[in-house]
Amino acid sequence: MKAPAFDYECARDGAHAVSLLAAAGGFAKPIAGGQSLGPMLNLRLVRPELLVDVRTCSDLRGFVDEGDAIVYGAAVTHAEIEDGAVPDALGGRLARAAREIAYRSVRNRGTLGGSLVHADPAADWPTVLLAAAAEVVIRGPGGLRAAPLGEFLTGPFAVSLGAHELLVGVRVRKHDSGLRWGYHKICIKAGEFARAFVVAMEDRASGERRAVVGAIERLPLVLEGDDAAIDDARTAEALLARRLPSLAPLTRRLHAHALARAVRALESKA
Amino acid sequence: MAKVNGVGASLLRKEDARFLHGRGEYVADLRLDGTRDVAFVRSPLAHARLRGTTAPTGTEGNVFTAADLEGVGPILARSALPGFKLSEQPVLAKDRIRYVGELVAACIGATRAEAEDLAEEVELDLEALPAVSDMLAARADDAPRLHAEWGDNVFLESFIDADLAEFEEQAAVSITRTFRTARQCMSPIEGRGVVAHWDRRLEMLVLHTACQMPHIVRTGVAGCLGLDQEQVRIISPDVGGGFGHKGILLPEEVCLGWLAMHLDHPVRWIEDRREQLTANANCREHHYVISAHAAADGTLLAIDCQAHVDAGAYSAYPFSACLEAAQVASILPGPYDFPGYRCRTWSMATNKPPILPYRGVARTGVCFALEVLLDSVARALAMDPIDFRLKNLVQPEQMPFDNVTKKHFDSGDYPECLRRAAAALDLPAVRERQRRGEPDGRLIGAGFSIFCEQAAHGTAVYAAWGVPMVPGFEQASARMTPSGGLEIRVGVHSHGQGLETTLAQVANEVLGIDPARVKVVHGDTQYTPYSTGTWGSRAMVMAGGAVAAACDVLAERIRHLGAHLLQTSSDRVELRDGTMRGPGGEVTLADVAALWYLRPEELPDDADPRGLEVTEGYKTAVDSGTFSYAAHGVTVAVDPETGEVEILDYVVVEDGGVLVNPMIVDGQVYGGTAQGIGTALYEEMPFDAAAQPLASTLADYHLPGAAEIPAIRIEHMESPSPYTRFGQKGIGEGGAIGPPAAIANSINDALSGLGVEVDETPITIERLLAKLIAAREDKP
Repeated sequence: MKAPAFDYECARDGAHAVSLLAAAGGFAKPIAGGQSLGPMLNLRLVRPELLVDVRTCSDLRGFVDEGDAIVYGAAVTHAEIEDGAVPDALGGRLARAAREIAYRSVRNRGTLGGSLVHADPAADWPTVLLAAAAEVVIRGPGGLRAAPLGEFLTGPFAVSLGAHELLVGVRVRKHDSGLRWGYHKICIKAGEFARAFVVAMEDRASGERRAVVGAIERLPLVLEGDDAAIDDARTAEALLARRLPSLAPLTRRLHAHALARAVRALESKA
Repeated sequence: MAKVNGVGASLLRKEDARFLHGRGEYVADLRLDGTRDVAFVRSPLAHARLRGTTAPTGTEGNVFTAADLEGVGPILARSALPGFKLSEQPVLAKDRIRYVGELVAACIGATRAEAEDLAEEVELDLEALPAVSDMLAARADDAPRLHAEWGDNVFLESFIDADLAEFEEQAAVSITRTFRTARQCMSPIEGRGVVAHWDRRLEMLVLHTACQMPHIVRTGVAGCLGLDQEQVRIISPDVGGGFGHKGILLPEEVCLGWLAMHLDHPVRWIEDRREQLTANANCREHHYVISAHAAADGTLLAIDCQAHVDAGAYSAYPFSACLEAAQVASILPGPYDFPGYRCRTWSMATNKPPILPYRGVARTGVCFALEVLLDSVARALAMDPIDFRLKNLVQPEQMPFDNVTKKHFDSGDYPECLRRAAAALDLPAVRERQRRGEPDGRLIGAGFSIFCEQAAHGTAVYAAWGVPMVPGFEQASARMTPSGGLEIRVGVHSHGQGLETTLAQVANEVLGIDPARVKVVHGDTQYTPYSTGTWGSRAMVMAGGAVAAACDVLAERIRHLGAHLLQTSSDRVELRDGTMRGPGGEVTLADVAALWYLRPEELPDDADPRGLEVTEGYKTAVDSGTFSYAAHGVTVAVDPETGEVEILDYVVVEDGGVLVNPMIVDGQVYGGTAQGIGTALYEEMPFDAAAQPLASTLADYHLPGAAEIPAIRIEHMESPSPYTRFGQKGIGEGGAIGPPAAIANSINDALSGLGVEVDETPITIERLLAKLIAAREDKP
């Protein structure tokens, strides 16, 4: 399959990209690494008239250290996070999560922002960054706005983003000490989308306790408080039966084990 | 002592210099002036009446339908087996669609993307018909019919009958199991592809096509297009893996041929992954209900089987829709000696792509059904599965041995093979580990499979099936060049097998010539002697034998000329390492070549006028095939909570007779085993009830990657075949046969305490977890 014809513009920066998007009147799509959009173009599932390449936008690259948080440029690649080319707000946990995304060749091109905007329910970043209570930074014709990731993600493959808006950054609060992190992913093969995926976290300093159940063909389920501390699969399964009644029993079973194992995996120290 | 260059040497592959530097020449690399790309309009429905096709106005010269293809006949792959019903596979659908992806129209554009743009604009007027997506449902009296004139959906029903009552009475244990193997897709790195043009000077269709058997494709294409075979030249350049997918005549090949004949420019079609997965490369789908009867002492008394093969919509050329089921019936008894055998098979037509023979063909499914069943029998007998098999395998002193289906096993020591596999896996250590238990709660299991692989089966076998292709004498040409090099021309094709190296090793074995001076020419009907091509693990046995036969004759002529140069008689010269030595000195092959080609005035009066160019034919002494065999042993860890399976250890003990190049054989075994692991755990081409394919990219169709393949350990045994030139046996497919059975047995061993037995491939997390839950032993 080959993509249908489209025009292509390479944006200088976020503002330029937004103006190109606005000028196209809703018929443009931003492209960064193209790891999801590329196949969708080839399969003719999307047919933009214009692709706006934001991969080299200066303000979408690199990071800004705000002291208590780091804002990652949306076009930072998974590999850059994996390799420590940008600082890790979670003391190594982002790098570890990045390492588990698909294959290195995908990670070399795929971007943090692209993954969140694509909002594949089985993808890694939505689950990981919901556990970190991240925020997204969005540029529109009127300037910048920020939103909690949990509000930005509205459904499978759906986000709250206007046709003339561009995700430019992801803000992750620093958890340098006191953070415990548990991660459990069930994949049928290395690099494939997860069959079940849970990230659990606990920050004694802030009192946060959260577990995010991803790869469930809908928005990741965010559990908080005692629900996020369930470490036996039977209780986890009962909880998921209540919270996710539409989940097939087999899938529920897998996620119950993933939840219990992620909670049991919470490290004592970073 | 290890040979340097001849038969038995692990010579580095000559062809790798170009492959590893990215200099291979594949169909998609061809650049012919004026080439235009073809994209096909394919049916979106599995079963439909095609009432019309509408192309956008102004595109008429670029859109072709069945109505345009005047004089083009359907693809017909008959079998002479009694009761076989023939299907007519149209090149482009006429009035009936029988599977999703069937070709309806060919669209031409300056690029593939533009051809696809055009294909999108073509409108099909389809009247949906009820589809048959399951082979068992296809048996029902009220099932929709694929081929109206048949009266049912059965390509062929076969029956090997026997009265098993006596064995059923004798049996202490009788076990019946149902097994299913999923439909799979062969996935060579390179898909199919065709570039076709009409050669005006030679008045000939030239078809470059990624195929395993150029001469058979020529016969098939010429037949459909109504051309004489001398009007068709098939060139199969470098080909990136075949596995059976490229052993089939495609309607795309015929269509491109017609387009090239009727347009004034070359045309090109390169199969994309979506076409390969959804429409073209389907294979493997079997269903078994199989019983074993065994005596209390572990003697296997009888096997009773009913097997279905989902053959899809059409009988594929040249192997036909009966090959797979015919193999099931004839090879199900495996490497065992037992008296009672009954087997009924059905080749079913369904609204799915034609089933094609994939590496191992039916053996992978057969081995899975039989070997998993035998483990169940052993458990019921409270016998170790190794001991149970050792008791029933054909014993070395019985060789050569005719089994219950008259398969003629040429040589080997099957029990020793299994014993060595058990030893290589260190079975006692695995049992000890099982007893200790794992800190992470996973369960350890060890499992085995053993099978034999008929290869290079010849004239009688295929003549009995009466399919369009019957292998006869295999021919090879050997021609010395004026500078003392050697050209070998063969009709088989090398697409990963390393034949450019191994056939040079054969030439070296006979002539002593440096393999670097041997050029193996293949993949072109214009240059090579007729051959049915590369399939059935036959090339090293048949083409190897033919090359040796041609080199034998050439050696005699070389000796005669060398003796003349050495002023002695032929019987006093010795040809070794490319040099002839006589009492008075020595001359080289180059000296002899120079005499024949460059200084004919010095030739002896009795010089053989046929010169230094020879074509010879070859058949094995007994042409019922060689029987290589192997035992696979696997240790797995199974997570009883999630159904996750990890392969911890994998051993293969195999006997391919004399190995022409052991390194290449190892590569074949590694690659085949990786594919077998794919069959066992990952690969599945699912269809819904409307026979819509549900995997259309490699994100949905899961191939094992490097991380999923363990470090496979291989041990060789070497029982020469008494019937082949060097004692070599066909070995190319075996790796892909053993894994599903061995892995299933290891999983069943791990889960034996939970009462779980797997019975379907691939053994996915979901399937295994469902069984674990059903067994009510899974305590979250």
